[in-house]
Amino acid sequence: MNEVLAILIAVAGGLAGGLVGVGGGVLFVPALTIFLGLGQVEAEATSLLTIVIVALVGAYRQNGYGNVRVREALVIAALSPLGVLVGVAVANNVPERALQLSFAALALFMAAQLVRRARSAPR
Amino acid sequence: MSDLTRGMRDGDLLRLAVIGTVAGLFSGLFGVGGGTVIVPLLILWFGYGERLATGTSLAAIVVIGMLGALAQGGIYGNVHVVTGLLLAIPAVVGVVMGTAIQQRIPQRAVSYLFALLLVAIAIELILK
Repeated sequence: MNEVLAILIAVAGGLAGGLVGVGGGVLFVPALTIFLGLGQVEAEATSLLTIVIVALVGAYRQNGYGNVRVREALVIAALSPLGVLVGVAVANNVPERALQLSFAALALFMAAQLVRRARSAPR
Repeated sequence: MSDLTRGMRDGDLLRLAVIGTVAGLFSGLFGVGGGTVIVPLLILWFGYGERLATGTSLAAIVVIGMLGALAQGGIYGNVHVVTGLLLAIPAVVGVVMGTAIQQRIPQRAVSYLFALLLVAIAIELILK
């Protein structure tokens, strides 16, 4: 039963990845911890493997539809390790609660901007 | 890097670099994938259509995830390879369906779905 639920959540994670372009880790991690018995750290590490495969297939399909700018994607990816290092430094110096609330505010701001843009776009 | 960036304007390059850094920053801090930041910033800063933004985000995530998985698997040995591969099978079915559906719905619907995702993430962070 747990395996069936894990499979269903994995399908949902992939579906979300295809629809909105995220890796699906938000769903893979709980599938791994709650239904497949992994610890949090192991689940987060293991979900990366699943995310890479999902993103690879998703990007391949999107490329077939003409929806990938490969060089731009590579520039973004190349700079991400720098961000991870900055993140570690920030996490060691700023209270976690302040970080959570800051990112929550940023997420809400981006959500509002996306809705505003979508409503005004003449499509 | 020079081949990679040929023909890109400095301003574009800087903004792409910021997106990459911010994506890495937030995935490192919160464990949310880089896509959460990459997709909205490509749409809002570069004026990408939703399909182009999500496709490009997935391509970036391939490399970002590989770097992360190598660090985790190589340095810390936390990756359960068989479990991760097995979980990928149904997930790949989902992503093939998801990308196919996305081509058939209005692009603005993707923005609305993404806004919902961002609100859900914000609520989760506030309630933590």
